[in-house]
Amino acid sequence: MTNNLDNKMREALFEYLLRLGDDRLILGHRLSEWCGHAPILEEDIALGNIALDLIGQSSAYLSLAAEVENKNRTEDDLSYFRNEYEFKNLQLVEQPNIDFAYTIARQYFFDVYEGLFLEELAKSKFEQLAGIAEKSIKENKYHTRHSKHWVLRLGDGTEESRNKIQTAINDLWRFTGEFFEETEVDEILKEKNFAPDLKLLKQKWNEIINSTFEEATLSIPESKDFATGGRNGIHTEHLGHLLAEMQIVARSFPGAKW
Amino acid sequence: MSTENDSQGKLWEVFTQSKQGAPHEHAGNVHATDAEMALQNARDVYSRRGEAISIWVVPSDQIVATSPSDEDPFFDPSNNKAYRHPQFYSTPKGVRGF
Repeated sequence: MTNNLDNKMREALFEYLLRLGDDRLILGHRLSEWCGHAPILEEDIALGNIALDLIGQSSAYLSLAAEVENKNRTEDDLSYFRNEYEFKNLQLVEQPNIDFAYTIARQYFFDVYEGLFLEELAKSKFEQLAGIAEKSIKENKYHTRHSKHWVLRLGDGTEESRNKIQTAINDLWRFTGEFFEETEVDEILKEKNFAPDLKLLKQKWNEIINSTFEEATLSIPESKDFATGGRNGIHTEHLGHLLAEMQIVARSFPGAKW
Repeated sequence: MSTENDSQGKLWEVFTQSKQGAPHEHAGNVHATDAEMALQNARDVYSRRGEAISIWVVPSDQIVATSPSDEDPFFDPSNNKAYRHPQFYSTPKGVRGF
């Protein structure tokens, strides 16, 4: 199906697949930083499992991106040999772990969005994209169950746990506007019913977040100032450090096998 | 076993069922602060690769168990009383296969 794309569509699709791949690659890498550091052994395994799911999904999107680009690059080239400004992930997913509450708040925001997004992406007329979405839906259900229950537990827990998750929510809230931003790329893909309309997801996302926060006795920040730029390769200072660590082995020993 | 919660939460015993109709078998245990977390942790630790189709978790302190000192009187099968064992019945041919 990637053979008969015209150039404009090929470029738009490549860009779109980078976004999807990068979101999951960067978030998966962030979660993997918990390996050996989580509060208890069982949670260590849970975060590791979710990280692996996300990196697996990113691998599917990026190898499709490489195929669409058709310039002899592989998913590994795309992961390890692009620079910061070439990454198209949301700024939310590159935010540092800081503590367990930040990690959970970041994850829950993303998981709820991902659930709504995948449901729509599974209807894509670009079959390979719909296929990846279909496969990820099951994994996302588990991820959301995990992060949602932690939001409830921390919010409706002790005073300390409530303060920690509320602080994390307040700090990360400004990165949630990017979920629903569209660019020209979305317009090109929407015309062919390849990509969902992100604006339609916003209300549902807010409803779900509201109802969980209410149950968890947490409040939604009132600020309407949202960060932007990730989709254009503009990032916070945290992405560069993450990439340095993620890419150093592949760049120091190009083509190494183990 | 201490009933005090340490920082890891309570201990829960995990039972997994590998296929429909099979018994739930003891798989091990996990730490968790509530039932939902216990189920999720059990899923991650004991069924990550699809080993189970159903999971039970039970708070470890809710399990009533024998103690090692019970060993002799509790488990002695009274081998000296031959009439307690059904070895005088011959097994019909039809059921030999079992």
